[in-house]
Amino acid sequence: MSPRIGVVTFPGTLDDGDAARAVRFAGGEPVALWHGDADLKSVDAVILPGGFSYGDYLRCGAISRFAPVMTPVITAAGAGMPVLGICNGFQILCESHLLPGALTRNQSMHFICRDQRLRIENTSTAWTNGFAHGQEIVIPLKNGEGNFNADTATLDELEAEGRVIARYVDVNPNGSQRDIAGITNARGNVVGLMPHPEHAIEDLTGPSLDGLVFFSSVLNALVGA
Amino acid sequence: MADTVDNAIADPEATQPFAELGLKPDEYQRIRDILGRRPTSSELAMYSVMWSEHCSYKSSKVHLRQFGEKAPKTDALLVGIGENAGVVDIGDGWAVTFKVESHNHPSYVEPYQGAATGVGGIVRDIMSMGARPIAVMDPLRFGPLDAADTKRVLPGIVAGIGGYGNCLGLPNIGGEVVFDPSYAGNPLVNALCVGAMRHEDIHLASAKGVGNLVILYGARTGGDGIGGVSVLASETFSDGGPTKRPSVQVGDPFMEKLLIEATLDVLGAGLVEGIQDLGGAGISCATSELASNGDGGMHVWLDRVLLRDRSLSPEEILMSESQERMCAVVTPAKLEEFLAKCAKWDVEAVVIGEVNDSGRLTVDWHGERIVDVPPRSVAHDGPVYQRPLHRPSWQDALQADTPDDLLRPVDGEQLRATALNLIGAPNLASKAWITDQYDRYVQGNTILAQPEDAGMVRVDEQTGLGVAVSCDCNGRFAKLDPYTGAQLALAESYRNVSASGAIPLAVTNCLNFGSPEDPEVMWQFAEAVRGLADGCLELGIPVTGGNVSFYNQTGTTAILPTPVVGVLAVIDDVDRRTPISWGPDGELIYLLGDTRDEFAGSEWAHHVHGHLGGMPPRVDLARERLLSEIMIAGSRDGMLTAAHDISDGGLMITLSEMAMHSGIGARCWLPDDIDPFVQLFAESAGRAVVVVPRSEELRFTEMCAARGLPAHRIGVVDSELGADAGYPGQQVLQISDLFTVTIDELRAAHTATLPAILNA
Repeated sequence: MSPRIGVVTFPGTLDDGDAARAVRFAGGEPVALWHGDADLKSVDAVILPGGFSYGDYLRCGAISRFAPVMTPVITAAGAGMPVLGICNGFQILCESHLLPGALTRNQSMHFICRDQRLRIENTSTAWTNGFAHGQEIVIPLKNGEGNFNADTATLDELEAEGRVIARYVDVNPNGSQRDIAGITNARGNVVGLMPHPEHAIEDLTGPSLDGLVFFSSVLNALVGA
Repeated sequence: MADTVDNAIADPEATQPFAELGLKPDEYQRIRDILGRRPTSSELAMYSVMWSEHCSYKSSKVHLRQFGEKAPKTDALLVGIGENAGVVDIGDGWAVTFKVESHNHPSYVEPYQGAATGVGGIVRDIMSMGARPIAVMDPLRFGPLDAADTKRVLPGIVAGIGGYGNCLGLPNIGGEVVFDPSYAGNPLVNALCVGAMRHEDIHLASAKGVGNLVILYGARTGGDGIGGVSVLASETFSDGGPTKRPSVQVGDPFMEKLLIEATLDVLGAGLVEGIQDLGGAGISCATSELASNGDGGMHVWLDRVLLRDRSLSPEEILMSESQERMCAVVTPAKLEEFLAKCAKWDVEAVVIGEVNDSGRLTVDWHGERIVDVPPRSVAHDGPVYQRPLHRPSWQDALQADTPDDLLRPVDGEQLRATALNLIGAPNLASKAWITDQYDRYVQGNTILAQPEDAGMVRVDEQTGLGVAVSCDCNGRFAKLDPYTGAQLALAESYRNVSASGAIPLAVTNCLNFGSPEDPEVMWQFAEAVRGLADGCLELGIPVTGGNVSFYNQTGTTAILPTPVVGVLAVIDDVDRRTPISWGPDGELIYLLGDTRDEFAGSEWAHHVHGHLGGMPPRVDLARERLLSEIMIAGSRDGMLTAAHDISDGGLMITLSEMAMHSGIGARCWLPDDIDPFVQLFAESAGRAVVVVPRSEELRFTEMCAARGLPAHRIGVVDSELGADAGYPGQQVLQISDLFTVTIDELRAAHTATLPAILNA
């Protein structure tokens, strides 16, 4: 049986359909999870997809972090379940303190949508094990508040522990410190990524197929486990 | 105390501020005649807003009739003109609806909110047909790029479109951005939305079934946008523009996103008998249109409306244009389920009325009758004007002032300089500064987006069925000759979707003009409508709906007549779409169509010489149809790897865009029998560049010959050309023995223009 990957829908989530499609393309079984239900429906991993949950009101991800579904997500993440937060999902993971740092307004003050080159720098996480170390990929980036910030000690710690999983190459689109596009927790099961791998899974609709590897990686991790 | 019907009868001669509400004395008298008494203040509010130009089309109606009268016979139309938006059959049980609307004046007053609520309004229009919105695009027009006010309005409008549209999860797949001095005090913000649905899900705005309930759901009603329709859209700006700020609506895209999901949920569960969006004229419009289209009667308890501001008077509630609201007609048996779906999405809903067979629209406010009118008289039987029209006194002089004597580039060096100058001209430069602020990826079905000829989205993931949309207009052509200009806009849009490989099916339009009270503007309008209706008939594609925006002028100076035309097309498998980037070395570049010495209204005349005069390029719709059929057949049968329409800036711009987009150079040669400047920069219609693999060349050229379409081989894709041409290691475009330009040079000129001004 293929692994069951939960995709959470909050009010204002936009890329839940895309994330579910990516899971399906990779060979997994997507399972819809609802923000208001504190029930993970026995999934093997969870994706918090992109969008504008709660309209980004108060602070991106700040309200969603208190949604009933997040209680079991935080517990399961602590127990090692793979969790991927994409864009708004990354923001929610930071607000939940599953990942350090914060995502603030882009330096340009504009929303930006572009095909972004990244370098994968950690291939041991549940979501990146299918990449080669140092592999460069191109996937869409689209955010208004993707500027990754943390204090120097935290940044140094992330670097020292190899927890920066992907860095922007060529252009730093949003002003993120040290060109950081994605990070992981110490255990390597929780990953936050600002660009959108779920939009790079088909020739017809994406700039590459590079995004699919994030989803096949987690299936590898789950089948191997 | 509310002004009741009893008051109106008891005090028949009370003075009423009809003029302040935009009604003419004879219109006010007509209301009195209809009712047999003076209207109550609530009735007056309803009539004033529903009989405004924006809602009633009173000046344009007599002309717009042609779209119906001249409509070509087609089986594709499931719902015709007159509903919220037309619905087109695209096969396999799928239907598509699309429409474009203006939000020009609000966007001038408050760029961010004006543009944002423009997107919100058109999206609700599409939803009210029962469709899931699947894409948006935005034709925009501004004053000169370097004008101070452009820097005020453009970033706000773009941020508003992005801020609202991105938050709804709708891909923005294209549009237009045009700069011209005539828009300096009156930018145009047109918003187009496409939606898809199964045939059985089509819904109409009608209140049928006596005893059925009328539900208002979505955002609460507040004081925003009160009188927005009649005040903002029906009057020209004077110096006091900003004082009207309170009339502009404020949008909440998060609420709209929830409204979309809740609406699709209730429609999908079969809980809705009739549905209507709330836009201009708010509850007045929704209730009167629903009742007028239905069984003829409705009663509304206005005090049940959920309010954001409890101090609002009944007149204000009736007129409020608070955003993110919808009206649904539901049977009593399904009420509970409807309310539960709304609650799931945290959307407030309340029953405000009931369908009856009284033939009247009645409204009560805390038990007192404040409205009692025949709904049709409000919604559909507004005044109709045959406005005087007059060919402008200056039209002949304008057409006589041809561009023939303008100084032209004469040698390779000058042609090269012209090419680099034009590729960076504001109207031809890269619009990435704008379009990169829009999400084009969301929903994962975007096949083509700006800067492709057309936007294309997949409708059915299983079969690959998709639709393409383009919207176009060269207002300079329309000023030179409105009839021809409207047909050129239609032809370009038709050509653009065809170049992508999709079959054109239907037309929408947004007709942006000056004041209808100016006979010369009215003549422009009448000519443009006649041209468009005749053109659609000849091309065999019906107009399914649209929008008219009048009073676009600064002082007494009207904007360029701007009939924006959108064409919707279907492609049975998006895998066979034709992009604008050419493929590998050796592929052959063909020019289709005839090039003539046509520069009137061209980008060259405009940008290089600041000239506008002469007669616009000739229109040959039979040729457009043939070109379209050839490009669609080429796509379907795998004969084309790329195609790109030739329009603004001419052949040189088309070739440059293809080269920049693919990143691969090409060697081109021009036919000997035509002046190189004319060949490269003329804007003759009915032309395109297509790219043919060598293996398909014979089949393709034989098809063109058999059908009588001129096809000239003008080049070959060549990535190795740089070294021979003196640019080792670079991708270059070589034009005969006239000049060579590198793709890097083109790209530098193309991408520098907007950031240089807008980031400064």
